[in-house]
Parts: sequence; C-alpha cells; structure tokens
Amino acid sequence: MSNQLIAECPECAAEVTLPADVMEGEIVPCPECGLELEVVSLEPLKLEQAPEEEEDWGE
Amino acid sequence: MAQPKIAMLHSRVRVEEKLLIQAFKNHNVPVDLIDDREVVFDLQGNGWGKYDAVLERCVNHSRALYALRILNDWGIPTVNTYEVAAICGNKLETTSALVRERVPVPRSKIAFTPKSALQAIEELGYPVVLKPAVGSWGRLLSKINDREAAEAVLEHKQVLGTYHHSIFYIQEYVDKPARDIRSFVVGDETIAAIYRYSDHWITNTARGGRAENCPITPEIDRLSRAAAKAVGGGVVAVDLLETADGQLLVNEVNYTMEFRNSIDTTGVDIPSRVVDYVLEVANNR
Repeated sequence: MSNQLIAECPECAAEVTLPADVMEGEIVPCPECGLELEVVSLEPLKLEQAPEEEEDWGE
Repeated sequence: MAQPKIAMLHSRVRVEEKLLIQAFKNHNVPVDLIDDREVVFDLQGNGWGKYDAVLERCVNHSRALYALRILNDWGIPTVNTYEVAAICGNKLETTSALVRERVPVPRSKIAFTPKSALQAIEELGYPVVLKPAVGSWGRLLSKINDREAAEAVLEHKQVLGTYHHSIFYIQEYVDKPARDIRSFVVGDETIAAIYRYSDHWITNTARGGRAENCPITPEIDRLSRAAAKAVGGGVVAVDLLETADGQLLVNEVNYTMEFRNSIDTTGVDIPSRVVDYVLEVANNR
C-alpha cells in the first residue's frame, strides 16, 4: 500500500509496517517479538531497539 | 507581527510530541525539532539566540533540567523554566515549596539515614509510603505495612541504591477511594482534569490506571492553580489525592506532562492549549 512503509525488526527480522508519515525518533513495537523499536532514520528506513526506561525518565 | 521562532527539545517522539507538532502546524507556526541525544551546548557560545521560546519535551528529567538551566542562563524563555523543572522533578523540593505556600499536602518527613528514617516512619505510623525524591511513572514506590518491611526496604535502598536513594522521602499513606485526580494547569487556568482509577494503590496510567473525566470543581481548580503557582507556574499536571474525610491534598506536580489519555476523555484540546501558552511566552519576550 502506498501510504505505508516496510521495515525490518533488528531482533527477529519480522516485517514492521509503518505509516508513511512516521517520524524519526518514533517508537513502534515489533508485531512479532514485541520488542520496543525506534525509527532511527528515515532514509534509509531503519529500526533499532529503543532505549530502555531509565531511572530518571518520566513527567 | 513577525512569526515567532520556536524550538521543541525532545527525546523519543511520543504521541504527545506528535500531537504538539500537529498543534503548531494548526497554528501555522513552524517549530524546529531538536533531539536531546544529538544536541551539544557550547557553554561559551549561544546558538539558540534566534528562538523566542523553547518547549521542553524530554523524557529524561536530568536532560530537561540541565538544558533548561543553560537556555535560561542564555536568556531564552522556556516552557517550563529551569526553576519549575528543578522543583517539580524532585518530590522533596515540590513538597517543601507546597508547604511553604500553604498548599495542603500529605504528612511528609525526610531523613538521611535508615535509622532516622525508621524513626520518622514509626512517627507517621503504618502503612506508610516511601518514594525516591527523583522518579516518575510510579517507579520504586514502597507501601510499607509494618516494621519488618520498613527495615527491609530501608536496608535495600541503602545497599543497592545510588546516593540519592539515601534521601528518604516518607509520606503518610492516604486511604483514597481507588482513584486519584490529575489536573492540567496552563498558565493561570485549570483546563481539564481526569480521575485515574486503579485497583492498585499506584494509579499512574503508565502502570495501568484508567482515565475518566473529572469535573473541575471550585476546590480542584483553586488547589490546582495554587499548586502550579507554588512551583513557579507554566504548563503542569497536578496530582491530587482525596482523603477519607473529603479533603483534597496535592501529591505532586509534573512539568513535562503527558496527556494522550486525557484529550478525548475530557474533550479539551490540551496540545493546542499548550501551544497557545508557548506562543504567548514567545510573544512576551
């Protein structure tokens, strides 16, 4: 579909579908292994494991 | 009037940041997005002088705090200010400011050693709540029901924690009605409020609490605005507890508020109101 992008989960190689307006820095869960992923670049489209929650994260 | 130049300092781009970006678009105001993982502040230089206001949306409290310190020292208006972040980001600072401004809070005691902390705990009586002074999303909260548990938690904090876990923040346990209240204050207005329902004593939505609209009573409004003012004002989310005898107490105040579960719930366009405030700050520069 033209309004979606396809990337690969770095952990389990599953196909991860992203909306065409996805932004760099967005967090998406892998639909297969559940790992939290971050869109680290758009061109080329690349996903990496998102940083894990740290002690000073929050509101 | 010339278009204000706005920057938004962010970490990961969450739903809140996307909503804020859209709100800036709706206001026809471009916003420069600056990633706190890539930014370098040259303390002898000021590369940010062109901005009329900076909206801080970091996930890390420490990054937010120090970025705001630097920007404010450079004379750049921020939402929120360093002072607000410093007070709200630390529960000891928050409670002390609220007490100073006579805003009602749960009974709270501070101690610096496990021995004096145990004494303070026994003065308050069980059950009692221990919290790290810096922390969010309901992490590392302890509801301590008896002396044996108190001794165990205090020893674990002392041995396993970093130095800031040796500042013991002790609070009376408030027997609230399976919910608490989160109100959103922008400037001098309480714009919205939600109940957060949970079977667990920790009601953060990050820990599964369910949000429902909370009508803003005159008391909720007055207390929320007083709490916001006590911590320095700006765009804050105030957490309120209802006691068994119907009193409202301020538990804490959040300065990089999350609101994704509160827009549809309250019918208030929270991101748009935040952007209004940022533009007001920018235009007042």
